[in-house]
Amino acid sequence: MSGTHPGLSNNFIHSGEKFEWSKDNAKSIKKIISKYPSERKQSAVMPLLYLAQEQNNNWISIECIETVAETLEMPKIRVTEVVSFYSMYNTQPVGKNLVQVCRTSPCWLRGSNKVTDTICKQAKCGINETSEDNLFTVVEVECLGACSNGPVVQINNDFFEDLDEESTKKIIDNIKNNIPNTIGSQKGRKSSENA
Amino acid sequence: MLSQKDKVFQNLHGFEDAFLEGALKRGSWSNTKEILSKSQNDIIELVKSSQLRGRGGAGFSTGLKWSFMPKDTGKQHYLVVNADESEPGTCKDREIIRNDPHTLIEGCLIASYAIQATKCYIYIRGEYHYEYVQLEKAIQEAYDKNLIGKNACGSGFDFDLYVHRGAGAYICGEETALLESLEGKKGQPRLKPPFPAGVGLYGMPTTINNVESIAVVPTILRRGQDWFKSIGKENNTGTKIFCISGNVNNPCTVEEEMGIPLQELIEKHAGGVEGGWGNLKAIIPGGSSTPMLPKKVCETVLMNFDDLRAYGSGLGTAGVIVVNEKNDIAEVIERFAHFYKHESCGQCTPCREGTGWMFRMMQKLVRGEISPEQIELLENVTKQIEGHTICALGDAAAWPIQGLIKNFKPELIQKYNKKLKAS
Repeated sequence: MSGTHPGLSNNFIHSGEKFEWSKDNAKSIKKIISKYPSERKQSAVMPLLYLAQEQNNNWISIECIETVAETLEMPKIRVTEVVSFYSMYNTQPVGKNLVQVCRTSPCWLRGSNKVTDTICKQAKCGINETSEDNLFTVVEVECLGACSNGPVVQINNDFFEDLDEESTKKIIDNIKNNIPNTIGSQKGRKSSENA
Repeated sequence: MLSQKDKVFQNLHGFEDAFLEGALKRGSWSNTKEILSKSQNDIIELVKSSQLRGRGGAGFSTGLKWSFMPKDTGKQHYLVVNADESEPGTCKDREIIRNDPHTLIEGCLIASYAIQATKCYIYIRGEYHYEYVQLEKAIQEAYDKNLIGKNACGSGFDFDLYVHRGAGAYICGEETALLESLEGKKGQPRLKPPFPAGVGLYGMPTTINNVESIAVVPTILRRGQDWFKSIGKENNTGTKIFCISGNVNNPCTVEEEMGIPLQELIEKHAGGVEGGWGNLKAIIPGGSSTPMLPKKVCETVLMNFDDLRAYGSGLGTAGVIVVNEKNDIAEVIERFAHFYKHESCGQCTPCREGTGWMFRMMQKLVRGEISPEQIELLENVTKQIEGHTICALGDAAAWPIQGLIKNFKPELIQKYNKKLKAS
C-alpha cells in the first residue's frame, strides 16, 4: 500500500477534543442503523464513518473513531481497522478541496500526467501535500471508474472529466476565485456518449 | 450493428429524464405485477434459457446462479448487487445507475422475488457519490409509488431495497469481500466453500450479481428469452455495454450486440485508433485483468466470452483499453501492477508480497533494466502467484504481465540491450 495518501496512512491523530454527533447526524444515524438487521449494527460502521468525516472537516480523528465505536457498541480496534483499510477515510487533516487525480493506465494514456503537473503548479503544492493556504490537498489515486471520460479528477465529491491542461487550470483557478465549476465533462459531453 | 429498438438501456447517456417519469415512458415497470405472477422457478428457467451470462467479469450463467439458492428455508435470503465498479477500463454500471436507475431497481425486485429474497442491498463504490444520490432518489420514487416496499407492485411480495456505499477498495468488488465489507469489516475475501448461496450475508443464503446482469432482466422477461437469444450467438447472447478508453479518437460507452468484431467496435463507435488503425499497438479487451491482444488478433476477434477466451484473453467487464504506438506498452502494464499492489488486501502471502515484487520488477522493465533471464523469472513468478490465493486478485495481477511478455518479449529484450549499450 502506498504511503502518504491521507486515506492510507496508519498514523492516527488525536484532535484534542471529544467528538460528538451533531443533532442532524444523530437523527440520520437512527435511520442508517435501521437499514441493517437489529443485531447487525456493525454494518453501519462505514456510513457512520462518512458522517463523522463530513462533520469533522473531512478527516477522521481518534476521537471520531471512539464515538463511532461507542455508538455501534463495537470495539475501537474494529472501527480503526475499517478506517485504515479503506482509502476514502482520511486519517489526517486535508485541505478544503481534496483533489484526487486518477493515475491508472486508461487516464494515463490520455494525459493524466499533464493534469497532475498542472494541478500541482496551480495549487502550489506537491503530490500528497496540502497547499499553504489550506485550500488544496493533492493526491494520486487508482482508477476512479470513469475511464471513457479520462483523464478524470475527483475534487471532494465531484468528478471532473475529459480534462486537458487548459480545463484543469481553469477548474483550480475557479476554486481559488470562488467561482462555481461545472462538474462532469469539460468538453461539453453529457456523459460518455460518442461525440 | 445493434438497432436502437433492441437496446435495453434507452437512456444510457442521460439525454432523457433518468427518473420515474422517463423510465415509465421507456417501458420500465409496465407489467411488473404480471411478471411477478409467474412462479419463482419459471422466472429462473426463463433467465437460464435466455443464456444471460453475468456481466461482472466471470461470465457465469445468471439463471444457473439463481438456481443454486436453497428454496423455502425459512431463513432471510438476500440479493446483493455489486455496483463496486473498480476494474480499470470499466465505467458501464455508472451510466446505468445515474441515467437509467429504474432498470436496476425493477431488476432487483424481480431477481429478489426469484430467489425468495425480501431484502436487497446495492453496494456502490464510494467514489460514485453523484450516482449514489441519483440512485437513492430513484429508490425513494419507487417506494413512494409502491413499486417496491410492502406488497410491491400489488404482487403480494414484500421487498426492501437499500444502498450501501463502499469507501475506496477495489477488492470489495470480489463477492465475498463485498459481503465482509457490508457486514462492517475490512473487505478481505472469504474462503469458498461455503459459497454465498449457502452461507452469505450474515450467514444467510445470498446471491451476488453485477448491476448490468440485474438491470437487463426486466427487459428479457418483457420481450422474451427468444428475443435476447436472437442477438449474438449461442451461449454468448444479448446486448452488452462496452466501455472504450485509451488511445481512440472518441472514447465512449456504448451498448452493442454481444460478439461485435473488436475492430468494428473501435472504428464505428470510438472514431478509430488515434493515428489510425496502423498505429495500433495492442488492446486490452475486458478490463485491466484480461491479457492484451496484439494488433493482428484485434483485426479478427469477436467481442464475446468464448471467442476472446480462445485467444487466451477474456471479455471480463468489456472495458476495452486501446494502446497505440505512441505509448510504452510496458508502462501501461507497470501502472496496472501499481494498481494491484495498491489494492491487494494483504491476506494471502503470494499476492501481498507478489504484487509488490512484480511492480518493482515492472518498474525496472520499463527502464530497460532487467535481463532476458530476469524477464523469465518474472514470468515464472506470475505463474506461482496465479491460482495460489484465496480470491482472483492474484490471478488478475499476474495475467496482464503474462500477456505483455507473451506478446512483446523481443521488444522487452531489445529495451534491455539498448540500455546496456548506452551504459
